[in-house]
Amino acid sequence: MTEFRVLNSRAPRVDAAGKATGRAKYADDLTMPGMLYGAILQSPIAHGKILNIDTSKAKKLRGVKAVVTAKEAGLVKYGVSPARYDETLFAHDKVRYVGDEIAAVAAVDLETAQEAVQLIKVDFEELPAVFDMFEAMKEGAPQLHDEYPNNITAEVHQEFGDTEAAFAECDFVMDHTFLNKRQDAAFIEPHACIAVFDLDGKLTLHTATQVPHYVMRTVAMVLGIPVGNVRVVKPYVGGGFGPKAEATPLEMGAALLSRQTLKPVKMVYSREQVFLHSRARHQFYAEMSLGMKNDGTMVALKNKAVLDGGAYTSFGIATVYYSGSLLGGPYKLKAMKYDGYRIYTNKPACGAQRGHGGVAHRAAFEQLLDKTAVKLGMDPIELRLKNIMTTGDVTINELDMSSLGMKECIEAVRNGSDWNNKKGKLPKGKGIGMACGFFVSGAGYPIYRSDTYHSTVVIKMSEDGGIVNVLTGSAEIGQGSDTVVAMIAAETLGVPLECVRVTSGDTDLSMDLGAYSSRQTLMTGHATKEAAEQVKKQIVDVLAHEMNCHPSSIEFRNGKVLFDGGPGDFRHIRTNYVKEHRGWTDPPTDDYLTFKEAARIAYLKLGTLVGTGKYKPPRLGGAYKGAAVGTSPAYGCSAQVVEVTVDMETGQVTVDDMTDAHDCGLAINRTSVEGQMQGSLSMGLGETLFEEVKFDSRGRILNPNLGEYRIPTALDMPNVNCIIVESNEPNGPYGAKEVGEGAIMPTIPAILNAIYDATGVRINELPVTSERLFMALKKKEGV
Amino acid sequence: MKILVELSVNGERFEIATNPHATLLEVLRNQLGLTGAKEACGTGECGSCTVLADGRPILACLALAADYQDCEITTIEGLQAGSTLTPVQESFLEKGAVQCGFCTPGMVLSATALLKKNPAPTLDQIRKALEGNLCRCTGYNKILEAVRAAGEKMSQEASGSSGQ
Repeated sequence: MTEFRVLNSRAPRVDAAGKATGRAKYADDLTMPGMLYGAILQSPIAHGKILNIDTSKAKKLRGVKAVVTAKEAGLVKYGVSPARYDETLFAHDKVRYVGDEIAAVAAVDLETAQEAVQLIKVDFEELPAVFDMFEAMKEGAPQLHDEYPNNITAEVHQEFGDTEAAFAECDFVMDHTFLNKRQDAAFIEPHACIAVFDLDGKLTLHTATQVPHYVMRTVAMVLGIPVGNVRVVKPYVGGGFGPKAEATPLEMGAALLSRQTLKPVKMVYSREQVFLHSRARHQFYAEMSLGMKNDGTMVALKNKAVLDGGAYTSFGIATVYYSGSLLGGPYKLKAMKYDGYRIYTNKPACGAQRGHGGVAHRAAFEQLLDKTAVKLGMDPIELRLKNIMTTGDVTINELDMSSLGMKECIEAVRNGSDWNNKKGKLPKGKGIGMACGFFVSGAGYPIYRSDTYHSTVVIKMSEDGGIVNVLTGSAEIGQGSDTVVAMIAAETLGVPLECVRVTSGDTDLSMDLGAYSSRQTLMTGHATKEAAEQVKKQIVDVLAHEMNCHPSSIEFRNGKVLFDGGPGDFRHIRTNYVKEHRGWTDPPTDDYLTFKEAARIAYLKLGTLVGTGKYKPPRLGGAYKGAAVGTSPAYGCSAQVVEVTVDMETGQVTVDDMTDAHDCGLAINRTSVEGQMQGSLSMGLGETLFEEVKFDSRGRILNPNLGEYRIPTALDMPNVNCIIVESNEPNGPYGAKEVGEGAIMPTIPAILNAIYDATGVRINELPVTSERLFMALKKKEGV
Repeated sequence: MKILVELSVNGERFEIATNPHATLLEVLRNQLGLTGAKEACGTGECGSCTVLADGRPILACLALAADYQDCEITTIEGLQAGSTLTPVQESFLEKGAVQCGFCTPGMVLSATALLKKNPAPTLDQIRKALEGNLCRCTGYNKILEAVRAAGEKMSQEASGSSGQ
C-alpha cells in the first residue's frame, strides 16, 4: 500500500479554529455599508387564485425602497431539472401552498420591511386543496398544475430482466409496504444571503448554498442576465443536507431587489420560513415483493413508489428515479421491476435530502430481507452474505461496482457488535438488528444536459513559493471538503498541510457543480490532484534544468526536495534564493532544498505558477430511459448493527448502541469520515424515532420550529462504533470515494429490525413514536 | 423610543442606545459586531445563541439586553486570550467536534461553563449539559469526546500547576 504523508491521517480540519473561535463568517454575519433588508410575503392559504395584488400602501411606508411582485420579476420558469421547470419567482396566477412567495420588499431596516409586507393586500379566490398524495392521484382531485393531470409530476416504469419469468421460478414471495413521513433537514443555519448589483449590471451574491454554480445559472436565467455577469460567493455554510442544493426565492428576490435599488440587499429566512421553503425529504410509500428460492437466493424484485412532492417539482424527477435505481444493489438479482409516481400536493415542495430518494426504499427493502430471513430461519447476516455483490459486479440496472467492500463491512459489524453472541439471545425488550446500503459517489451527469466538466480547480503558488493557493468553486458546507481538497493538494505536492490555503465556494474561481450527490471528494479531489501535478511538474522541470538532472530523480517530501532520494548539491540554487531574499527573516538552513525555495526559483523562470485540473466522469450507465439517475464513477457502501431497548409497557424505544462500517475507499481524513458516519446515523435515528413535519387540515405546518419538530439531542444519540473499511477505488483520487450519504442508508431499517427483534412487532410506518409502538404491541397482544 | 443600555462584554464596557425590547443577541450581533453567537431559531430551542452571563450559559435570543446590565457577558470572541485557544476549543479541533460550525460557539461555551463547575464530568453529565445545544452534523459523539478530553486536559494542567 502507498505510504501517505498527509492523506489517511486525522489532521484537524483547516476551518476548525475559525469556527471554534467564532471568527468564521456565515451569510447572516455579513453586513455592507448602505445595506437594505428584504422580507417576503408568503401565501396564507394552500390553494387559491390571485385576483389582485395592491402594493400601494407598502410602497408609501417610510423607509421602503422597493416592492416587487411577479410584475417586476417576470414569469421566467425555473426549477431544478430543465425537464420540469414549474416555478416562477413570485406566484402570479395562483398560490399552491401556505408559504408560496407572492412579493418582496426592501427597506432600510428589517422591521420596516416586515411591516411593509403586512401592508401588501392580496385578494384571493380560495380553491379546494389536496394534502394527501393518494387523494391527489384520484379522479376529480384539485389540480395544482394544468400541465400535469392527476397531479403526477413524474412517473417511472422500468423493468430489467424478465420479472414475470423470474417470479415464476421462485419458491416463495415476500411482500412488504412502508411509509415514512416528510422530514425537515433542520440544518442549524437558516438560509441567508446578500445580493449586490453594480452599476455595470453585474451581480455578486453572497449566499448560504451548497451549489454556487447552479445558483449562478438559475439567478441569471430568472433575471435575464448573462451567466457570466453573476458571481456567487459562498461564505461558511451551517449545514445543507440537500435542501440548500437549489436556488431559492430568497436569493432571486434579493438579487431582484438589489437590481431595483442598486444597493446591497440582505435577506434571511426565519426558522419557520425554512420549514415553509422545505425542499427536504419527501414522504414515500413503498410497496415491494421479493421472489426467493428456499436456499436463500434472491431472484426478483417488484418495487412500487408513491412520493408526496408538495407543490413544485424541485429535485423530484431525480428523487423518484433514485427510489428505483438504488435497489439494483448491493445484492444480486435476476430481474427487477420498478413503478414510481411523484405527486403534487398543496404543501411546500420536497427535494433532495441526504441519501436522496434512496433512504425510504432502502428501509423497506432491508426490512423485507429481515422478514425473509425469519421465514427461512436464516441469520439475516447470512442471508445478505449469500446474495452480496463484490468488486467488479454490475447491477441489473447497469451500475458498475468498481470497488465494493460490502462483504467486508458486514463482517466488520458482525464482529464489532458481537452479533453472534447477541442475535436471538437477548431478553424480551432488547433487540439487535442490521441492514446494509450503498450510494453514489457523485452523480454521473450534471442536472442540466451538458458536456461540462463537473469540477475544475486552479492552484496558484504564492510568489514567495511558500503557500499553495487552491482556488475552487466547490462548496464547504460543514462536511469538510476544504480539508479534503487541502490534504490532496498537500499530498500531491509533497508539502505539509499548513502550506496550503483553500479559497472555495466562489463561481469566479473555478467551475464546480457543488456539494450534492456526495461528489466533491471524488470529483473536486480529482481536479485538485491534476492541478497540483501540473504545478509540481513546472517546479520539477525548472529544478531538473538547474541541477542538470532527470525530472524523475526529483521528489518533494514534507516540504523538502530530494534528488535521487538525498539532498543533492543544490548550493547554487540556495545562493540564488538567499540573494533574492536579502534582509528577509527566513534564510533557509535546512540540509535539503525546501519546496519553498524551489517554487520561488521556478517562479523567477516562469512567472506565477498556475496549475489547472479538471474532472468529468466517463460515459456511464445503460441506454434505457432514466439510466442516468444512479450512475456514478464509484459507490460507497455500509453495514450497520443497532441495539435497542424497548419499554414493553410504554413502547418507548432507546437506541443503546450502533456499529457502523463504511467502505469509503481510501479515507482521506479518518476523523472526518467518522464524523460523516456519526452524523448520518444521527439523522437516520431522528427520522426513525421522532421526526415528522405535521400539517393541519388547511395545509399549515403545525411544528415549524426546533422545539416541536424534534431532532436528536445529545441525550438521544448513543455511542457509535465506527469502522472504516477501505477498498481501493480505481476511479477515485488516491482510491477515495463517498461517505456523506451512503452512511445513512442502513440506519432506519437497522433500527426497525432491532425493534422487531426486541418485540416481535414489525413497524412499517415512521416515526416509531412510543404511541405507535404501544398500539402495535397492544394489537399483537390482541387487546 | 430608544433607551441607553450599559453592557459589560468580554471585559469591555459599552453604552448602547437600543429599543427597550432588543434582545441581547440583537445587540451583540448588530450593534457590537460580535457575530459568533448565532440566531438559528430565535425561540430558545437550539442553543446556537448561547453566551455566558457571569459564567452561566444563557440563550441570548430570549434575553432582553436591558436585563443584563449588571452581568459580565462572555461571548465566544472573548473566551480565549490572544491567539491561544482554550482547552475546550483545542479539544474540539483535535477530536473533530466541529463540522459546519454553526452550533460550535454555543457548544464551546456550554461545555466551558460545565467544566468550570465540574472538571471531571461523566458522559451522562456532559450529555445533560449539552442537551440544549442542537447539532445536526456530528451526531454529538465527537463533541462528547472533546469535552471529556478538555476536562482531562484542564485537570492535568490544574494539578500540574498546584504541584509546583
